[in-house]
Amino acid sequence: MKKKFKLIDLDCANCAAKMEDAIKKIDGVTDASVSFMTQKMMIEADDAVFDDVVRQAVECISKVEPDCQVVL
Amino acid sequence: MERFTKKQKKELKRIIIAFVLFVILLVLEHMGVFPKEGPGKWLLLALNLIPYFIVGYDVVRKCLIGIKNKQLFDESFLMTIATIGAFGCGEFGEACAVMLFYQIGEFFQDYAVNKSRGSIAELIDMAPDYANRETEGGEIEVIDPDDIEIGDVLVIKPGEKIPTDGVVLEGEGLVNTSALTGESMPRPVAVGEQVISGCINGETLLKIKAEKEFDDCTVSQILELVEDASSRKSVTENFITRFARVYTPAVVITAVILAFIPPLISGNFVAEFGKWVLRACTFLVISCPCALVISVPLAFFGGIGAASSKGVLVKGSNYLELLANLDTVVSDKTGTLTEGKFKVSMIEAASGYTTDEVIRLAAAVEAGSTHPIARAIVEACDNPISQSKVKDETTVAGKGVKAKVGKHDIAAGNYSFLEAESVTFDDKDKSLLGANVTGTMIYVAEDGKYIGTIVVSDVIKGGAKEAIAEMIQKGVRRFVMLTGDSSSVASEVASELGISEYRAELLPPDKVHAVEELLNEQSGSLAFIGDGINDAPVLSRADVGIAMGSLGSDAAIEAADVVIMDDDLAKIPAVMSIAAKTLGISRQNIVFALFVKFACLVLGAIGIANMWIAVFADVGVAVLCILNSMRMLAKK
Repeated sequence: MKKKFKLIDLDCANCAAKMEDAIKKIDGVTDASVSFMTQKMMIEADDAVFDDVVRQAVECISKVEPDCQVVL
Repeated sequence: MERFTKKQKKELKRIIIAFVLFVILLVLEHMGVFPKEGPGKWLLLALNLIPYFIVGYDVVRKCLIGIKNKQLFDESFLMTIATIGAFGCGEFGEACAVMLFYQIGEFFQDYAVNKSRGSIAELIDMAPDYANRETEGGEIEVIDPDDIEIGDVLVIKPGEKIPTDGVVLEGEGLVNTSALTGESMPRPVAVGEQVISGCINGETLLKIKAEKEFDDCTVSQILELVEDASSRKSVTENFITRFARVYTPAVVITAVILAFIPPLISGNFVAEFGKWVLRACTFLVISCPCALVISVPLAFFGGIGAASSKGVLVKGSNYLELLANLDTVVSDKTGTLTEGKFKVSMIEAASGYTTDEVIRLAAAVEAGSTHPIARAIVEACDNPISQSKVKDETTVAGKGVKAKVGKHDIAAGNYSFLEAESVTFDDKDKSLLGANVTGTMIYVAEDGKYIGTIVVSDVIKGGAKEAIAEMIQKGVRRFVMLTGDSSSVASEVASELGISEYRAELLPPDKVHAVEELLNEQSGSLAFIGDGINDAPVLSRADVGIAMGSLGSDAAIEAADVVIMDDDLAKIPAVMSIAAKTLGISRQNIVFALFVKFACLVLGAIGIANMWIAVFADVGVAVLCILNSMRMLAKK
């Protein structure tokens, strides 16, 4: 499954790159991108674990940039 | 639209207050109000901390959370450490100033990035905001495009955007497709015809029946592609990401070395330590790669936006990079360089037959075929033979057709087809075969005897020659035309277009081989231009697959890397210029940012550049690079 999420207050481009790296390393993720320009995150992951992956991705994001919110 | 967002207004207020306080303190300090030693020094520190926290509390907060989450080497962390170091060395004013200028720079960065996001959104502003739905009672309600259901009757008033793809039920007029195609010439539409979302209705009221939900319509697909494009990163962007990963830790480690090693070597650790810590702090301030990390993707995103405003979809930053570096362009002929509309240009009859008989018999056997040449022959026949007399049709793909018309066996096709059908040619007939004409020859035979030739030819697209010349002038070394047609047709078209190289008589798999061969011989990248419908395998084999005339064709948009919405070849050199400009701006940014940063690092290490200059090297350069990238968005 592939899904896009909007990010609010993603303020730093370097952080976006860090988030992308971290999300790509989550088990079950086949592809991910965090775009600073469009303020969007795309996650492609196995259907069975998708919700869990999203939860972990949100965690990664708040670790890198605590003020950044994911619109679920 | 407001000038600043709410968040930006808040930031700005904090910056101004802190700035005023900071200036007051600076003046007081210079007037000697505070004593250099003793309790006065502590008072000065406390007073300096006020503007420091007003302007930078969020940075310190982020740094603390970062430490908790083990996210070191983060911008906030580095700035906090650098300023704490400065405070520790007794440089209160400087610490305060660094935080202040850092925030000012961040503010400008934020503002500039937001602004360019807005400009890009404007460039690709083709999404409708609302739709007018006609209810069963005949009333009109305004709804969100997302709420459109298939089968809804939608009313589009003059000047409104067509909200989703559909078929015209009522009204006829002109629609403006410029948001999608970049072309100013309006398109006529009439009852029963397809209309595409994102076009702007002209002077008349249109009623359409929705055929797609908003999420699946042309505009939504295009917007999605443009947004996704930034996730296909170019080599330059990947370089920046890799560089950023190494750069920050390297600078931080150097800073630590700088703080401890020289004072240890000097032998007088206590006296020297403060001075070197300050220099190390200067390093920390410069250590964020932001200028590059923001401005390079911004330039690419801007380039993609600029291309889409011209009706060219570039499906990834990487393709922009490849377009700037084109070495070989391979193009399909029919439908790409030519109109793809065949016309019968000449009919020759063998002795004993009339041209009318030839075309009628040929049209009779070709009637069942959808091949463009067959259609042209059928169209050219004014007085067709009834299809009830035609039976046993056999088509040999790419060669010809045969069938029984009445009592006679009729065959129409190319020379080898008729030879295989053991058609006999007289010597006199042969003079006709080699006739000095260009186009595709269809030979017609009746009961194994040659009766005539039909010449079908295609028209070259207006502007094709100029577009090819322009591509060559922009650095394309080789332009190769591929075609399934005969060599004679190919050579004629090639010479008219000023192309020196062509490959003729290719079957679809041969085109893939030809592209593969050319891929081995090139030095830069290879683009293939096609109509996107018949040549999907070739499009995907080339470095850059360019599909032409694809407005509304999902298959073509899917298969290609670069999609030209209308069929104007001049868009190709235009998008090449955009690509070259994008690459140019990225390179300028990279060189400029790296030069300034390294210069500051060196000057900082030997103590010439202080923290003020370092802050400029960090945020100032970032702002300048962003401004440079924004040139991509400038309207011509």
